[in-house]
Amino acid sequence: MIDVLDAVKTYGSVRVVDGVRLTLPAGGLTSIVGPNGAGKSTLLSLIARLLEMDGGQVLVDGLDVTSTRSDVLATRIAALRQENHLTSRLTVRDLVTFGRYPHSKGRTTPEDLEHVARALEFLDLEPLADRFLDEMSGGQRQRAFVAMVLCQDTDVVLLDEPLNNLDPRHAVAMMERLRAAVDELGKTVVLVVHDINVAAHYSDHIVAMCDGAVMVEGSPREVIRPEVLSSVYGLPVEVHEIAGRPHATYFPPGRPSVTFSIA
Amino acid sequence: MIGLGVGLLLAAIAFMTVGAKGSWDFVLPFRGTKLLAMTLVGVAVAVSTVMFQTVTDNRILTPSIMGFDALYLLLQTFLVFTIGSARLAAVDGGVRFGGEVAVMVTFGVMLYRWLLIGARRSVHVLVLAGIVLGVLFRSLSSFMQRLIDPNEFQVLQDAMFASFNSFDRSLVWPAAGLLAVAVSVAWGLRRRLDVLLLGRERATSLGVDYRRTVGLVLVVVAVLVSVSTALVGPIMFFGLLVANLAYRIAGSHRHAVVMPAAALLGVLALVAGQTVLERVFAFDTALAVIIEFLGGIVFLALLVRGEKR
Repeated sequence: MIDVLDAVKTYGSVRVVDGVRLTLPAGGLTSIVGPNGAGKSTLLSLIARLLEMDGGQVLVDGLDVTSTRSDVLATRIAALRQENHLTSRLTVRDLVTFGRYPHSKGRTTPEDLEHVARALEFLDLEPLADRFLDEMSGGQRQRAFVAMVLCQDTDVVLLDEPLNNLDPRHAVAMMERLRAAVDELGKTVVLVVHDINVAAHYSDHIVAMCDGAVMVEGSPREVIRPEVLSSVYGLPVEVHEIAGRPHATYFPPGRPSVTFSIA
Repeated sequence: MIGLGVGLLLAAIAFMTVGAKGSWDFVLPFRGTKLLAMTLVGVAVAVSTVMFQTVTDNRILTPSIMGFDALYLLLQTFLVFTIGSARLAAVDGGVRFGGEVAVMVTFGVMLYRWLLIGARRSVHVLVLAGIVLGVLFRSLSSFMQRLIDPNEFQVLQDAMFASFNSFDRSLVWPAAGLLAVAVSVAWGLRRRLDVLLLGRERATSLGVDYRRTVGLVLVVVAVLVSVSTALVGPIMFFGLLVANLAYRIAGSHRHAVVMPAAALLGVLALVAGQTVLERVFAFDTALAVIIEFLGGIVFLALLVRGEKR
């Protein structure tokens, strides 16, 4: 259960997150969508206590993220940020093993190694486990970072654009796995995604943000509507029903319209 | 690691025995103290550089490049300028050493906390800040140096270069005690340092209290550098040299491996270098000159190869 109470984050005079009030139930997959600069990533960082808030409060399972000890929170929330640059040379296995730090404090046990092996398997990384991250493609690296976050084995998982750099096959696989983590393991997963149709297809709940505030939230059916999406993105968006699901198309007429969908 | 250990042992034996003339009762304690001083400085510089580079997330900055040496020089100049070398020489060595270490640790911690913990800054800004601070400290020093008596200046010049031939031997044991404490704290931090390699956000996400840990690391770094500088004088590029060699040799990112490897390399470089210097070049030059020469080349090579992070 995540409660965001009037969270505010400012950079200089710009209020990037401007009094967001949001309650996300435990269990379930929530997608945060919205245009660039809407404050999606910043909100995610505030929930994960990676940025300091300028006002408001965030509670995760009733724990205030600003006052609770960081190592206690690390066993409950795991977060992946967009940027995946590293200075030191690590193998995929080294990186994923870091995900066990909140539990092992660096003394890796056989149980930790099992978790690492499972995370590697989960993200199809076994053949790459001993490769160095700087020698891999962006998509492979992205999967390694997601594996690290999942290896942390927390109830709440926050992922900022986990589909970055992934080809359609891996993007679908990633979403299927996250769905499985929610359905089978009872995790609470919150994502920032750009592809509205991915959000529509896989989410239980969608939050649409604009200018630092939540504009609409609700089930995919409630949010994936032409008038809602058009005003969120400032772009005419049509919604069609394909195989019983809503699909958004947003390419201007004049050219053959393309339905962008991964499913 | 084993190779390094054996190499170090051989170098130490060579240093203690080669070309010894006269009574062993004199030679062993005399060279032994020097060996201990080199061990202390080698370990302190190597460990502090590795820790500093981990928290600043880069491989070319060292405490000395960030203006620590210039700070030491400024302190020495200021002391000679205000108190005068004659009265300064009358001050008890231990008191002076303690005072110097205290002042440098205080200033160092303040400086690094300000630079590193507050806002996020890029490596380029840090390099620039280090250079500007260095220039500021050096300019202040040279301003005061111009005003003092030329004889006083000569006294001061001794403090400007690291030397293992003319340090105060009575300070070796207190320095060893301080460094032992600092190094054991560093060792206790080794696993958290590993996590810091992932950067500020990921370390926080994994439950490391970033501000507290980095604050503690910076105190340890300041103590290590201050003690070693107050003991023998400043060596600017030495840390850079051994830390970067250690990253290559260690074959692991773990501080439990990298820190000891760097420490062994540091001591090995000093002992072997000093042996060659004393026995081959017959004290014709200063060890610091050779190390700075090699270290400077490594620094430039790293810059040119674009390892800016």
